[in-house]
Amino acid sequence: MIKTSATIAGVHFKNPIVMASGTFGFGREYGKLYDVSLLGGISGKGLTLHAKAGNPGVRVYETASGMLNSVGLENPGVEAFLAKELPYWETLDTARIVNLGGNTLPDYVLGAELIQRDADARLLTGKKAVDMIELNISCPNVKEGGIAFGVKTPAARDVVRAVRAATSLPLAVKLSPNAEDIAEMAEMCEAEGADAVSLINTISGMKIDVRRRRSVFNNLYAGLSGPAIKPVALRMVHQVARRVTIPVIGMGGITTATDIIEFIMAGATVIQVGTYNFMNLRAGSTLTEELQQFMAEENISSLDEIRGIV
Amino acid sequence: MATVISNERLGDGVYHLVVEGGNGGAMGQFYMLRAWGAYPLLSRPLSIHQVNDNGVDFLYHVVGEGTEILAGLNPGDSLELEGPFGTGFPKVEGKVALVGGGIGIAPLYYCAQELPDSDIYLGFSRESFRTDAFRPLAAELTVDVGGLILDSVDFAAYDHIFVCGPHPMLKAAQLKRIAVETSGKRPNVYLSLENRMACGIGACLVCSVSCKDGQRKACADGPVFLAEEVLFHD
Repeated sequence: MIKTSATIAGVHFKNPIVMASGTFGFGREYGKLYDVSLLGGISGKGLTLHAKAGNPGVRVYETASGMLNSVGLENPGVEAFLAKELPYWETLDTARIVNLGGNTLPDYVLGAELIQRDADARLLTGKKAVDMIELNISCPNVKEGGIAFGVKTPAARDVVRAVRAATSLPLAVKLSPNAEDIAEMAEMCEAEGADAVSLINTISGMKIDVRRRRSVFNNLYAGLSGPAIKPVALRMVHQVARRVTIPVIGMGGITTATDIIEFIMAGATVIQVGTYNFMNLRAGSTLTEELQQFMAEENISSLDEIRGIV
Repeated sequence: MATVISNERLGDGVYHLVVEGGNGGAMGQFYMLRAWGAYPLLSRPLSIHQVNDNGVDFLYHVVGEGTEILAGLNPGDSLELEGPFGTGFPKVEGKVALVGGGIGIAPLYYCAQELPDSDIYLGFSRESFRTDAFRPLAAELTVDVGGLILDSVDFAAYDHIFVCGPHPMLKAAQLKRIAVETSGKRPNVYLSLENRMACGIGACLVCSVSCKDGQRKACADGPVFLAEEVLFHD
């Protein structure tokens, strides 16, 4: 029997494959293509307190081995999510993670309070609730908030502290590779009571349309994801995993079972799959099978055997 | 997996791809196609040109790396098809005009088969293609090369008008509908939008369309929208 499960702050992940925020909607669409309950978890589309229309203009551009996106956190807002999407999540047998963004510090706090209140009410009536909040302080595509909170540790500390005080739900903080010092950032999160850190978010990048002599994106810069960023992500996960005692959720360009194993060997407890969902709409089911197969071939009976061994 | 039956070059960068496989589909729906490994990263959305006995036909224009690879496919080659996706054109009754611009004629061929008494208007900037295939399906066929095909369409003469073509053409169709509405005629004008997509199923929000009632998804809520719903920003 091969063991792929892991636990973070009491939340059970049946396997290390979690779908990354912004690439999986709230799971409904992929749920029509395969059974998403076979996943370890789902991190839903990044939410802000109020609904957001996202960015105008071009929102995606392919690059060598990667993809730039400038969606700009289009989302229905926390309340609409709780009312319309959570009933679907209740039907799933997988870890339910809400990714929470914000424009201002009070927005983050109010968002976290709404989620907490909803979880309390659900648990009282025996219903399934959100299992974890993933705090997004690192979206490069929104002008206010987003990455501004994720670059400098003191600014990030204010947000993490305030949200930690607002919720007792397990809290992961999603870190930006654009942070001045990502390991210091992770240590701060641990000190402020975060239960995990997830990394990396997209890397700020750019594409210029040379004929029109302008950036293809209205916001000039966009977030780079996909296999192109995997070496950077792996290095950062390795660095951070050595500096904190809380679990690390690793992500960045994972497209194969061996990619997953690399992140686990670098020290990740679970991993997230993002851009690969667009390359293979059945990524979750493909990777689940491949991981079992790879572990059997390599005589790995539990991911615990190899976690952080490099 | 699907198999290429034929992949005929029709003209300057325009190809007609016939595949065996897929799950059929309705007018205006599309498939995500992939005939390569990891790169390019994204699959390519192509609208259904027609549903054949064993699979689906596509008509596409080579514009980048993905369609370049598609153009190199030979009979017997395999490719991945995901779909059909999207909300296409409605089944309607009454007098119908099908108006296509350039590669925008692609989804209208299937419409012409499903709505056989339609008037068909096909516009091309340089050279025409597939017009002979449309001719026997049309009550009346109008072809224009180098002009503006919408100028030939009397919006007041139809109950329903299906439009697919470049962005300026869709915007012009919307304006034309507004103009004809002032004279008391209210044809239902349906626009098929072409947007960049990443997933094709409604999860990534890359293909978001500004509509009167908020942001909608070209891939799932569309690609076909009623003209009056869409807000064109440029």
